[in-house]
Amino acid sequence: MEKELLLEVKGLKTYFYTDYGIVKAVDDINLKLHKGEVLGLVGESGCGKSVASLSVLRLVDQPGKNAGGEIIFKGEDLLKKNEEEMRKIRGSEIAMIFQEPMTALNPVYTIGNQIMEAILIHQDVNEEEAKKKTVEMLELVGIPDPEKRFNEYPHEMSGGMRQRAMIAMAMSCNPDLLISDEATTALDVTIQAQILELMKGLQKKIGTAILFITHDLALVAEMADTIAVAYMGKIVEYSSVKTIFKDPRHPYTHGLLHSIPSLITKKTKQPLPAIEGMIPSPHNMPKGCYFNPRCPFATDICRKQMPELKEIEPGHLVRCFHPVENGKGVSK
Amino acid sequence: MKKSILEVKNLKKYFPVVGGVFSKPIAWVKAVDDISFNIFEGETFSLVGESGSGKTTTGKTILKLIEPTAGQIIAEDIDITNYSASEMRPLRRDMQIIFQDPYGSLNPRLPVGEIIREPLLVHHIGNKKEQEERAVEAMQVVGLRPNYLRRYPHEFSGGQRQRIGIARAIVLNPKFIVADEPVSALDASIQSQVLNLLMDLQQKLSLTYLFIAHNLAVVRHVSDRIGVMYLGKLMEIADTMELFNRPLHPYTQALLSAIPIPDPEIKKERIILEGDIPSPINPPSGCVFRTRCIYAQDICTEKMPQLIDIGSGHFTACHFIKKGGKIELTKKS
Repeated sequence: MEKELLLEVKGLKTYFYTDYGIVKAVDDINLKLHKGEVLGLVGESGCGKSVASLSVLRLVDQPGKNAGGEIIFKGEDLLKKNEEEMRKIRGSEIAMIFQEPMTALNPVYTIGNQIMEAILIHQDVNEEEAKKKTVEMLELVGIPDPEKRFNEYPHEMSGGMRQRAMIAMAMSCNPDLLISDEATTALDVTIQAQILELMKGLQKKIGTAILFITHDLALVAEMADTIAVAYMGKIVEYSSVKTIFKDPRHPYTHGLLHSIPSLITKKTKQPLPAIEGMIPSPHNMPKGCYFNPRCPFATDICRKQMPELKEIEPGHLVRCFHPVENGKGVSK
Repeated sequence: MKKSILEVKNLKKYFPVVGGVFSKPIAWVKAVDDISFNIFEGETFSLVGESGSGKTTTGKTILKLIEPTAGQIIAEDIDITNYSASEMRPLRRDMQIIFQDPYGSLNPRLPVGEIIREPLLVHHIGNKKEQEERAVEAMQVVGLRPNYLRRYPHEFSGGQRQRIGIARAIVLNPKFIVADEPVSALDASIQSQVLNLLMDLQQKLSLTYLFIAHNLAVVRHVSDRIGVMYLGKLMEIADTMELFNRPLHPYTQALLSAIPIPDPEIKKERIILEGDIPSPINPPSGCVFRTRCIYAQDICTEKMPQLIDIGSGHFTACHFIKKGGKIELTKKS
């Protein structure tokens, strides 16, 4: 049975109009997220993954602007909503957690007050009920001694605890969609494991869909059902998590997966099959496929024309003229 | 018998926390607290651990960029613990460092050629022309085009800047390099390029590395031996494969099990540690890990376990892991 569609991003474009020209941070991105599902959006710095998530909430600042597309959330286009309608959606139906909880939390209010604020704005409850709910949320995210922690300020908490508080705030209004932008990147690995476990648990319990944004392929392997790989503002590959890791077809995804040090191989201290070169400057994008200067399989057509994102097998989309097959490029 | 290039004995580094009217120390941050290890010639010895475990402080103290509080640092049979800055200078030719932040570690006002040439200038090696030639040579070795010589750091990407930092470190032909999180600020596709470069240079220039990192997959790939740190103490030291195949210390076990695996088909049993790392100002009595350890018993509160050799170069600091590798861990009730 097909699950109910929650979010559909169609041809989304977010451009930054800078003094040096237009930067197409998000350039024609399509995403589909079903209810209760986890969609991983992966890419390196500058690929537009954070801008894409901010665009969904319409939080992109000047000189950034929407330049087209649709964001259909529960059947309605968010781009057609006015500011007041958006404010009602943010925090209640779509919530977001960020990489650095210290900058995302207000340093002069207690943790409890900040979470309570969100509840009071979006729910029809009085202060007492809101406080009770806040303490419940703190407990739910595994903050010990929640009643005492309610009165603590962000600086009194560790990074892991702050991230838990952020999650408590995000989940306090039972959102349908949680956007997690590099939420565990700043944390130590044992704390990261705690937070991921927490997110997975909450996702199962409450049924929230998650748009999980990260640069770390290992994290999406653990968290996501579906993965979208972004490169320079475009989706280059899109498929179920199993397929992407077993049978990556875009040379970029393929190269990335092979270049990261493995925890299984016995052949350590050997050269890693690295991707050559580096990402192009957004002010000086290559002609044709954006990946062609770094691609070992690029041919003339790749240098002239941008390939379309095509479905090469059911549910597996690739933006490439020469998709990788059996670990090798088709033609050179 | 392998030759030690560096020996660290009971090294301690405490930082004062000052307070009061006279700014007197009111407490001490025990960043590094009584650790001992050797680094053998030609190997990559890695220190891993979470933030605040003291790995960077250890690296800097070894190079005497920070003065140790107590203990001994022996570099090639010379005790350098109490060497002054001027006594250290000739030794620094052999001991260099690569920093984590490729943005903060390069002087923005100097062109790249000058940055790489500076160590030669400091050590009075060659005339200007020779120095420039060596700078160009170092740039070629690290994969930077020599015609970038007159460019400034801001014109380079993160990965290229890290290459500049590496070129500066190798221009003196050192024997030993401390690489402090050299790839953690880089994107995945650039990270592997820089790791390849570091491994390649080790071969070509017979370098010994102290590699400091928190990414365990990276550490596994580049290291010969690994030391695991927690709250300023060494918990376990072993050969890379031995450590990953047979982690003995409960902290190492939890740390390794927390690594996310880039393969959705592998679902592993994870040891989730409770709570946070305690403050190094007031570390727990006895074993510093006991507050998060599922096996902790009374003795762990009373006594700090010593780092002992349990056989074939595998060291652990746990009351319940005995010589010969006998393990007597029981979960606390």
